[in-house]
Amino acid sequence: MTSLTDLDRLEAESLHIMREVVAEAARPVMLYSVGKDSAVMLHLARKAFFPSPPPFPLLHVDTTWKFRAMYDLRDRMAAESGMQLIIHTNPEAKARGINPFDHGSLHTDLWKTEGLKQALDAGGYEAAFGGARRDEEKSRAKERIFSFRSASHGWDPKNQRPELWNLYNARIANGESIRVFPLSNWTELDVWRYIEREDIPVVPLYFAAPRPTVTRDGMILMVDDDRFPLRDGEVPVERTVRFRTLGCYPLTGAVESDAADLPSIIAEMRASTSSERQGRAIDHDSSGSMERKKKEGYF
Amino acid sequence: MPDLLRFITCGSVDDGKSTLIGRLLYDCRAVLDDQMTALTKDSKAVGTRGDQIDFALLVDGLAAEREQGITIDVAYRYFATDKRSFIVADCPGHEQYTRNMVTGASTADLAVILLDARQGVLTQTRRHSHLCHLLGVRHFVLAVTKMDLVDYDQAEFEKHAADYRAFASSIGIDEITAIPTSGVHGDNVAAKSDAMPWYDGPALLDHLEWVERDSDAAAARSFRLPVQLVSRPDASFRGFAGLIASGRVATGDSVRILPSGKTSTVARILLGDADVGEGQAGQSVTLTLATEVDCSRGDVIAAAADPPEVADQFEASIVWMTDEPLLPGRGYWLKLATQTVSATIAAPKYALAVDSGEHLAARTLELNDIGVAEVTTDRALVFEPYANSRTLGGFILVDKLTNATVAAGMLHFALRRAHNIHWQALDVSREAHARLKGQKPAVLWFTGLSGAGKSTIANLVEKKLHALGRHTFLLDGDNVRHGLNKDLGFTDADRIENVRRVGEVARLMADAGLIVITAFISPFRAERAMVKAMLADGEYIEIFVDTPLAEAEKRDAKGLYAKARAGELANFTGIDSPYEEPESPDIHLDTTALSPEQAADTIIEYLDRRG
Repeated sequence: MTSLTDLDRLEAESLHIMREVVAEAARPVMLYSVGKDSAVMLHLARKAFFPSPPPFPLLHVDTTWKFRAMYDLRDRMAAESGMQLIIHTNPEAKARGINPFDHGSLHTDLWKTEGLKQALDAGGYEAAFGGARRDEEKSRAKERIFSFRSASHGWDPKNQRPELWNLYNARIANGESIRVFPLSNWTELDVWRYIEREDIPVVPLYFAAPRPTVTRDGMILMVDDDRFPLRDGEVPVERTVRFRTLGCYPLTGAVESDAADLPSIIAEMRASTSSERQGRAIDHDSSGSMERKKKEGYF
Repeated sequence: MPDLLRFITCGSVDDGKSTLIGRLLYDCRAVLDDQMTALTKDSKAVGTRGDQIDFALLVDGLAAEREQGITIDVAYRYFATDKRSFIVADCPGHEQYTRNMVTGASTADLAVILLDARQGVLTQTRRHSHLCHLLGVRHFVLAVTKMDLVDYDQAEFEKHAADYRAFASSIGIDEITAIPTSGVHGDNVAAKSDAMPWYDGPALLDHLEWVERDSDAAAARSFRLPVQLVSRPDASFRGFAGLIASGRVATGDSVRILPSGKTSTVARILLGDADVGEGQAGQSVTLTLATEVDCSRGDVIAAAADPPEVADQFEASIVWMTDEPLLPGRGYWLKLATQTVSATIAAPKYALAVDSGEHLAARTLELNDIGVAEVTTDRALVFEPYANSRTLGGFILVDKLTNATVAAGMLHFALRRAHNIHWQALDVSREAHARLKGQKPAVLWFTGLSGAGKSTIANLVEKKLHALGRHTFLLDGDNVRHGLNKDLGFTDADRIENVRRVGEVARLMADAGLIVITAFISPFRAERAMVKAMLADGEYIEIFVDTPLAEAEKRDAKGLYAKARAGELANFTGIDSPYEEPESPDIHLDTTALSPEQAADTIIEYLDRRG
């Protein structure tokens, strides 16, 4: 019998984590944001509980500003997995017409952070799976796999439970909840190598193709629909680009690339000298910004 | 394909640990341009290396850490070469963060111990090595750092290496690779250094790529699968899902299910949706068995010929990880693999002085203390000594009130306690005492909320028994606190001691042939179980005086609920301290349906039937 590879061990760890949550938490839910990490997480969940479908719903906290291709894949994967898909849009953000062009960080705060809290409260979910990885960002590197949130969804980095071996303490008081990160120990490269190995469907935007784009503040943005307000004299230019991460299309920068399939993406990544979050406007504010957002309840 | 190595780095304050890891990440291209830009910016703003890049800032991720220039929490870092992927647990050096070190060491295949070339072996060096050894790490690397500051002197390096080896072998560490390094200059980190031609060993990275992994040893031992959950999508499929802790398994293998001891044969092994036919340690699989046997979460499926032990009393090493000290005798949740039971810890046999290895006298364990104590569980555990299995020998303790993880423990062996304690043989036996009184001794243990009616019913029961010519004695909570237990207050520790003493007194009285009646709130299952365990089989009769909180509060005969609601009484059961209802009391009295008189009669009838 061959010895286990790094991906074998990461997969086994993730399956173990998901099964512990289902065994110990009353109402789990899986945050599904349609990106590559969500794709891997969903794939792992299907493996963990086969031949049953994963015994929890998928939750998409929608901002209404995702790429159209993301909505397509989301609906397809939910149908294929046999899981319930819950879509939540923050009614307040909707009523106020919050959008990434006019409202800056308020957009993320209302649609994503507040929207997430509303959806979790509404469902009474005790545990929510998220696809965050520790290699993404420095405060994530210090977050536990089972990460506790107060009744108001706050994270207290200085008061985290010690997490030894693969023993997780999932006990919580009424009103508290747990965010669980089964991909904690995966790196971006691991995610892509696993997508290739397991042939997991991902949004086509990760692969290079000619797309209508404009450049703003050093970021290449894709004009994904006619809500994109072009500035005076701004004309979309067709560039061969792809995305390393996917979020709201007006906030997600593309990279110029010819990597149109998985082997070339992986090769490109091995040679890459910038991190995936470079393309995310949300993380750029300052070194402590993610930590602050998490304390406020962001995933 | 690469495999995976997990290692821990530990050292004292200022020995250049973060710098060394930062260098390792940087040289393995795990630090990217935009992170480098942020790092350069941060280095100028808060760094400690002037205009140079402060690699330490790469790993100190929390705002508090950057402000104070220290590492508070375990940080996990990732890098890879063609041969291996690495997960680094970077652990802070300060003594007060022992719990983080233990956390990082719990999953490590290898430990990198850092030693400042100008300082030599320090208390912290010994402490960390000892902790890693305790947590089962077998491979050690001694990275002597800051060699540039001692002019790359071979004699300095060799002196430190010899000092360390002498200490390490004294505590049982025998696999040590010593490497002279400089994190700032990258000497012997990712590549061999020209500055130390006298050193003929490997660079750190080279060693990490080739060292044998501890977790491979697990595959060579007997098969064990702690069952996480049972998968039952329909009547035709019943699968047992879990992560294989050790050994290998193939379809057709005979297996034994613990603790029941039933045997069966492996029918299918699923890895995801694939039938794989065989599995090995480290894989998360789902097994099906050829026959229908009872098996659920917490059970362990094991090689039939070599099953693990089952016991309920152990000796264990315990690392205390929270501000609230250990309360000997108190019930904690104990989680081991997929088993969760209630456990009590005895007063420690000794605490360990981690720097010297000395055994110290201790009555309790406080934050970051390590001690050896007896652990008693309310149900039998399937286990292996920690030295053989981290999965079946490692456990955590969880506070039942706060849900905090308060300790980690490592089982040494099961105690055969009954064989070790010798009682003074008494000529007039307990049976003789009972015979003379013409009755069967018993302890009627009343439990319920304050104001539930325990004392009232207990009084009536004693009057009725007395009238029937029975020899009885009533131990009342309030009365006992005026005498025997007047030195005890209402802290958690004192409440446990209160119940323990009452239990012991009740036992002596039962030995004397009496029917003992006790009326105490006794809110926790663990402590009631402790009393039950003290008594002879069948002698403990648990009587649950079941009065809903709202009803007890309405009666509030002593005015205590009003005080508790007003915040004048802390830790009041039912208000800010929980009451754990008995799961299967011998007698269940619903006081909303029964009058005290009827309730007392129910008990008398029960005793009649019992004889």
